Amino acid sequence: MADINRDTIRSENVDIGFIQEVVDAGANRIRTCMQCGTCSSVCPSGRRTAFRTREIIRKALLGLKDEVLSSPDLWLCTTCLTCLERCPRQIKVTDAIIIMRNMAVDEGYMLPSHRKASKKLLETGHAVPLDEANQEMRKELGIPEIPPTVHQHEDALEDVKKIMKRTDFQKLIEGQESEEKE
Amino acid sequence: MPNRFPNVEKSIRTVLPKLGIELEELEGASCCPAPGVIRSFDEPTWLALSTRNLALAEQTGHDLVTGCNGCYGTFKEALAELEQHPERLDEVKKVFRGMGIDFEGNVAAKHIIEVINELGLEEVKNAVKRSLEGIKVAAHYGCHLLKPSKNRPWEKTQRHTFLDELIEVTGAEPVKYRDKDMCCGAGGGVRGSQVVVSVDMAKEKIDNMLAAEADCVVNVCSFCHLQFEVSQAQLNKELEEKKYKLPVLYYTQLLGLAMGLEPEKLGLNKHVVNTQPLIDKILG
Repeated sequence: MADINRDTIRSENVDIGFIQEVVDAGANRIRTCMQCGTCSSVCPSGRRTAFRTREIIRKALLGLKDEVLSSPDLWLCTTCLTCLERCPRQIKVTDAIIIMRNMAVDEGYMLPSHRKASKKLLETGHAVPLDEANQEMRKELGIPEIPPTVHQHEDALEDVKKIMKRTDFQKLIEGQESEEKE
Repeated sequence: MPNRFPNVEKSIRTVLPKLGIELEELEGASCCPAPGVIRSFDEPTWLALSTRNLALAEQTGHDLVTGCNGCYGTFKEALAELEQHPERLDEVKKVFRGMGIDFEGNVAAKHIIEVINELGLEEVKNAVKRSLEGIKVAAHYGCHLLKPSKNRPWEKTQRHTFLDELIEVTGAEPVKYRDKDMCCGAGGGVRGSQVVVSVDMAKEKIDNMLAAEADCVVNVCSFCHLQFEVSQAQLNKELEEKKYKLPVLYYTQLLGLAMGLEPEKLGLNKHVVNTQPLIDKILG
């Protein structure tokens, strides 16, 4: 028989307050999880990767905060919401993942492409701003060359920027760059 | 939509007025922002920006309408959050201080396909001038259009048929295909950061559509649309052959063809995957 490796969870890796933080942020039924695995079985990402929703939820319940927040797996969820629909305990699984992603970003764990999209939002008010090719296409199609969004309204863009400053989004995205963990 | 698919926007701007739906611009709107991406980074920023967009719509006195499942998900979830937790609205209002942005919560967010569906099948059928008989269509609903089902207007919570029915009235045949309700693979920041995983999901869906002998896929979301268009080009590049060439249409493009409109008026000449073979088949 093959050796069975002992996997010890050490008390210094357990943050007993972690799950309460997740509950307080809106995943209020997460403690009722019975590890049935429905979430993992319906997950389109889990079909082709090692991402296991059930495992993330279990680790969160055990208080393994750092392990969960630093895991790249947390970013394999497409937020398709199938697990949330199917959970027999009606846990808002997708919400729980989004809550933990917020915590991960707050700790400095953010993928480079995500930071890039956030910076575009900070600069232009759109995570996907208008580019030259699309502006040209708009012209050819005979629709407003510059869409009537913040792209066309400078004062509106100022408001949007002010909002992102006040919610500390600017600090969150730009302030961390020097100490990026990814 | 405006910054990614002006061609789809063109079809929306062309088709909806012909159905008696008048559109008003949402002047000064920003990114919704995306429910799986920006909401994953900082939920309070997501809520504040989406509330601002909803407030702009409220000021016009009309409901907000969007052609993208992502925006739809954002606005539906933001409205629910503000309604269920009034203290969140107070937080948002603090962020808005001095900007003159009022928000009372007297606004609804709707999806374009929801508005078309509300017209009723008969009304849509009446607009059809050129039957798309003989065309097989794989409907892709997308995730945020349907879920969470507790906060969506559809009659059913799963195995939806409304889009298939709206396809059927054009004369086209909606086909059954394996894992029809599966995600396109783009959302949640996966397309941006884990492109291999993302494209693999699109491939699974497209393979299933091809197995059902679909002539095209019809979707109602700018991100699903991008996913099916761009992933096919990426797969062909990897395979070094043009295996994937399933045209990707937004619903108003399909309906527009059935209404007898010229393909150029529907932006069909601006697709990543060539739509001409489909158009030739329709025009016979």
